[in-house]
Order: sequence, then structure tokens, then C-alpha cells
Amino acid sequence: MNKRSGNVLGLATPLRAWAQRSAFIVFFALAIVLLILGRADTPAVERVRTAVNDAVAPILELATSPVATVSDAIVNARELMEVRATNEALRQENERLLQWRAAAQRLEDENRLLRDLNELTIEPRTRYITARVIGDQGGAFVRSVLVSAGTRDGVAKGQAALTGKGLAGRVAETGRRAARILLVTDMNSRVPVLVGQSRDRAVLAGDNSPMPELLYFSPGVQIRVGDRVVTSGHGGAFPSGLPIGVVTEVRENEVRVEPYVDWSHLEFLRLVDYELPRILTSAEDGLAKAGVQAKEAAEAKTPAADAGKAVMEPTR
Amino acid sequence: MKLSLWQRLDAIARSMFPVTATLLLILASMVPLRIPDLAPIIPSLSLIAVYYWTIHRPDLMPIWAVFAIGVTQDLLSGAMLGVGSIALLLVRHLVISQARFFTSASFVVIWSIFALVAVLAFFVMWLLTSLSTATLVEHRPATFQYLMTLAVYPGFTWLFVHGQRLFLR
Repeated sequence: MNKRSGNVLGLATPLRAWAQRSAFIVFFALAIVLLILGRADTPAVERVRTAVNDAVAPILELATSPVATVSDAIVNARELMEVRATNEALRQENERLLQWRAAAQRLEDENRLLRDLNELTIEPRTRYITARVIGDQGGAFVRSVLVSAGTRDGVAKGQAALTGKGLAGRVAETGRRAARILLVTDMNSRVPVLVGQSRDRAVLAGDNSPMPELLYFSPGVQIRVGDRVVTSGHGGAFPSGLPIGVVTEVRENEVRVEPYVDWSHLEFLRLVDYELPRILTSAEDGLAKAGVQAKEAAEAKTPAADAGKAVMEPTR
Repeated sequence: MKLSLWQRLDAIARSMFPVTATLLLILASMVPLRIPDLAPIIPSLSLIAVYYWTIHRPDLMPIWAVFAIGVTQDLLSGAMLGVGSIALLLVRHLVISQARFFTSASFVVIWSIFALVAVLAFFVMWLLTSLSTATLVEHRPATFQYLMTLAVYPGFTWLFVHGQRLFLR
């Protein structure tokens, strides 16, 4: 007994070194495998991701509320000090906005009339889901946040995430109670957009910097600083016309856009559940038809079966 | 007999302190703090934790735990899976291979070495992210995150030292 343990002890140091090295190699290889699996958008990886996010969502929700209380208190105190100036500014803005409202109502009426004239009826159904941001952008290499709403609240992949000011991102992963929003500044984010009054098509591509870049516009297109950038709705995931930001920098081969969204105050996000009704109803029709057909087929079968039984029974 | 069972449970719970603390810190660093521009450069607390515990109690920060911490962090932050694990495994390997040196090193020396090790870790993360997206990822956020991590290192070391005294004696 003693002798054996002595042998083990004697072997321990080189053995341990060897075990350590091989463990390092094994786990390192495992990490590389994960890297490849994750990059290849494996469904299993996504399932694990959403499961983990779901699991920590309640904890993060709990932790978020005191932080929100403190930060709200600070904001309140600051606002109290500036209340007079803010009041005056708001009064002026209100006057201006009232004029705009009148203009907007007039335009809306006109728009409706013109739509009626054109029989343009592709106005989509939209529903909003409001979700609290519970997980911040984690570090230098990603621009995404976790929100406290998931499939049980009707969140689905691809939905647009808005703040009051404009588009923040889109839903990239959904768990049952949590979802990950890929922000427009993330390097994996590509949003089809329209630029300026001429509504030229382009793609807004994030690169992890606060200012995403405009890509793929036609070479002849004139883009100026101050041009508004809105979603184009191409690709069908987003409603068209959601404000994103303004062009702030036009250089040779590089056009930068500053999003309207205030990234440091992402508190709540509105997720847009947007459906093109025609596509949906046709799909529903198809399903309904299929259902009816299946029922008919089943009914056609049962009498025959009954008849079969009826025939069988007397012989028994 | 009963006492020894409790003692054993107690010992297990205590020995889990480094890993548990690290996971809690990862969660804590995800809570939205609403401080302007902090989120992209939030210090990488897992890097500090793995470095500290590998130096002081490598037995309580085993390699599989380091791997799991990396995976957890990547899953939670939405980063590319595997990148965090690779960086943390490298940190652990570097520290373990120089374990004898660290036993006699002073705090300032350990902090200085951390500065070097963290450069390597962030560079590896930056490189892997760039490689797998086939673009040169903006390096400034990573640089600032690195500097933030370096800056908060003494504070968290202080926390860990006290935790170690409290739970591990």
C-alpha cells in the first residue's frame, strides 16, 4: 500500500505536467471547435445561447431595477435644476410642433385620398412589444443588448427594435423570456436604407464604432451631410420609413451615419411586430384550405371504416 | 459523522468561491449602468479573476472552469463563441507555466505582468474576431476596454484578497 502510493508520488510531477499540457490542448481545441460551430450558425449553439439568456434573465431583471431607480433619481435631480429653461424650450417646441401636426394631418388626409385613388392597400398591421433592456453591450467586440421579452410575449427573430428617437437594432435571438437585440452599430448588422430626399437605396453597415457606414449606393448618387437615413423596408423584415439617423460625414469612399438613438440611455425598446397582411392571410387561407381538405379526407375515411366494421361485426 | 458531512459540504462550498465569484462578476458587469459610453469599454472582470486565482489558488480555478467561464461570458455578452475561452485559457497557461516566478512576486510586479498578459488576451480576442468576420475590427474600443481592465485591477484584487481571507483562510 505504502509502496504503491510512494510510486504514484514519484511519478506525480512529470505526470501532472503532462496531464496539464494535454488538458490545455484538449480545452484549447474544444474552444476552437466552438468558435467554428458558432461561426457556422449552428442551431444547437443558438439554442444553448437562448437557454442561457433565458436562465439569467430573471437575475438581470432583478439587478436592473435598483440601478434604474438610482439613475432615475440622478436624472430627476438634474432635471429639477434645469426645469425653467427646459420649460421655456418645450413651450417653443410645442408651438412649432402644433404647426407640424396641422401639416401632418393635412398630409395624412391627402395621403389617404391618394391611396384610395390608387387602390394601394398594403398598409401592414403593426403591433408593438415594449421590453426593458436588462443586459448591456458586453465589451469591445459586440454591440448587442438583452431585453426582457421573448417568444411568450410575441417577440420573433428579425423584428425591428425602436426607441422613441429611431431604430436601435433588430431581434437576433429569441428565448422564451429574453431576446438579444443586435444594434445597428454591430459589425454584423446590415440594414437596407433610403438616404435623403431623393430616397436613394443603400445599406447601413455597422462596424462596432458609434457611427455605422453607408455601403452599396450607386456611384452617381449625391449624398450630403445632414441627409436623413430611414429604413427602406427592402427584405421585408422592417417597416419602411423608420428613422435611423443622419449623415454626418461624407468622404471619399466613406459615408458615416450618426444614429438618432442615445446608446447610453437604452432603457426600453419597442419591438415592432410587423406583418404584411396579404402574405399572412394567403398563408392562413392555405392552411385553412389544407385543414378542410384533411378533415374531408378524414370524414370520407371514417364512414368507410365504420362500414368495414359493420361488415366485420356480423361475421364475428 | 453528521458533522463531518457538514464540514465536507462547507469545504466544497468554500472551494467553489473563486469560480462562483467570477461568474457573479460577469453577470454584474452586464447590468445596464446607464453611464454614458461605459458599456463598450466595461472592464473584463473575468480576465482579472482568472489571472488572480490562477496565481494564488490554481487548484480552485481548474482548467475546465476557465473554459466554462469563457463560454458563459461569450454566451451572455453575445460575443463570438469560443473567443473568450481561448483568451482565458491562454492567460491560465501563461501563468501556470511561470507559477514559480509568481510565488515571490510583489503586487506591483504581478500588476505589471497582468498588463502584458491582458495585452495578449485582448490582441487574441481582436485577432480572432477580425479573422472570423474577415474585417479589421475597430481596435479603439478594445484598447479602452484593456485600459479600463488594467485600471480596476487593484480594486478587484483587493476584493479577491479579502474574499480569500474570508472564505478560504
